[in-house]
Amino acid sequence: MSVDLATVKRVARLARIAVTEEDANRMVGELNGIINFVEQLSEVDVTGVEPMTSVTPMDMRKRADAVTDGDKAGDIVANAPTTDHNFFLVPKVVE
Amino acid sequence: MTELTSLTIAEAREKLEAKEFTSVELTEAYLAAIDAANSVFNAYVAVTPEKALDMAKASDARRAGGKVGALEGIPLGIKDLFATRDVHTQACSHILDGFQPKYESTVTQNLWDDGAVMLGKLNMDEFAMGSSNETSHYGAVVNPWKAKGSNQQLVPGGSSGGSAAAVSAFLCAGATATDTGGSIRQPAAFTGTVGIKPTYGRCSRWGTVAFASSLDQAGPIARDVRDAAIMLRSMASVDAKDTTSVDLPVPDYEASLGQSLKGMKIGIPKEYRVEGMPEEIEKLWAQGIAWLKDAGAEIVDITLPHTKYALPAYYIVAPAEASSNLARYDGVRYGLRVDGKDIVDMYEKTRASGFGTEVKRRIMIGTYVLSAGYYDAYYLQAQKVRTLIKRDFEIVFDAGVDAILTPATPSSAFGIADEDLASDPVKMYLNDIFTVTVNMAGLPGIAVPAGLDAKGLPLGLQLIGKPFEEETLFRTAYVIEQAAGRFTPAKWW
Repeated sequence: MSVDLATVKRVARLARIAVTEEDANRMVGELNGIINFVEQLSEVDVTGVEPMTSVTPMDMRKRADAVTDGDKAGDIVANAPTTDHNFFLVPKVVE
Repeated sequence: MTELTSLTIAEAREKLEAKEFTSVELTEAYLAAIDAANSVFNAYVAVTPEKALDMAKASDARRAGGKVGALEGIPLGIKDLFATRDVHTQACSHILDGFQPKYESTVTQNLWDDGAVMLGKLNMDEFAMGSSNETSHYGAVVNPWKAKGSNQQLVPGGSSGGSAAAVSAFLCAGATATDTGGSIRQPAAFTGTVGIKPTYGRCSRWGTVAFASSLDQAGPIARDVRDAAIMLRSMASVDAKDTTSVDLPVPDYEASLGQSLKGMKIGIPKEYRVEGMPEEIEKLWAQGIAWLKDAGAEIVDITLPHTKYALPAYYIVAPAEASSNLARYDGVRYGLRVDGKDIVDMYEKTRASGFGTEVKRRIMIGTYVLSAGYYDAYYLQAQKVRTLIKRDFEIVFDAGVDAILTPATPSSAFGIADEDLASDPVKMYLNDIFTVTVNMAGLPGIAVPAGLDAKGLPLGLQLIGKPFEEETLFRTAYVIEQAAGRFTPAKWW
């Protein structure tokens, strides 16, 4: 498989990264280089092999369903570019 | 009197205990060294002198009161990937401009709880994506090592390049680092330092900026094996905030140093003898085998047949996880925002301007392999191959092998702005060919300096162990270190 310019633009849109025509053209070559490199995986016989979901053999620990943190709205918005009364501000999304 | 900054953690610990100097004096010595040399190496992206001196004073006061932690008064450098409360934490990315978290990572909190002092935040590849530290928003780091008779600036490796350079150039007593595909072990090998990536789950990932969550692990880079053992003991812990952290007691790793290798079986995987490998690395490996044999270990040839697929599988799994983890950088909650005509335009412009070229490349690959129609062919296939890679190791360990010896890297440190590597991303990725299998299988791996190449640059050997058997790695690496000696760069700065 290989990617073309339209695919690069579609993927950039999915990834929410603005790309110029020049960026997209450069990426076609780079991404194809990487995809050609990973393509060799298709030659591995994986019949009956389960995909790895956890690298360690243990069950995930679960914690008690209890409130252990909170009351720190000021801390949470402290690093936001724009806020108002402890809300994050974004451009208008509903007309 | 020797310079305070030349002491190992173990030596400084002893002299602090004997009251030969205070933590404030030791910290001042490091701050002076950073002041004098950081402009040469670009190892620190933020130095925190006031905080360092406050922490050192508090440490001296604790010591006077009889309370002495395992790292009491020891000045450390912290990779910029670890969240440090109210201090620069940007994963060396433009997109996290100005970010100063209101919380502390579990690993760094563990260090402070044990009495350590923070000198500042260390340079790294952006979001830990790179093998040369050249993808950092803050620019490249210079390796304290230079080839004999050459003035060319070399990379310290990556992504923990600032950590490795700072330890090697005596700008901190030890440093935290992280390893997703080799980011602790490759820079350690390039700078003549010791770096260990512990078993997945040994250190909490909470508060560490996520790259690929199923592969990321924190570990130390240190001057010698003993210091790495001391640091890992403090860094490791079970943590309610990271459900993948393991609830096993943290051993006293230092106690395993000096133990005999008699009866131990060391595996030598034939698949690590790769085409085009420099003869010097082949020789170093043979030397390592001879040292371990002399120390009483039994050497056995082993096979890890899926080794060659580890790197391609990694370049599906890691970007896939990264594309998901890095979706959070959207210009809303922290860091950079570039305004746009609507919210999607704002996201796209923010991410286009905030992420560097390599990070964008990996997000794009990850998004592509997870997208509809390609998921089975790429991501699912890679996760199945990952199972096979792990199985290779399990078979070998089940057959009685205690640890595996390999080279750490396919070459010594290369030049900054190497054109050959810059023009082909895959070539740069090949740096991790010997280290990446360990992350894919979740195993512990240590890089220990073992010699110099003909250019006079350090080369490392890697030991790979069974899950949670870091003690075996420290014990075996210590034997190599005893035989090879320690390596420090000739001071030119």
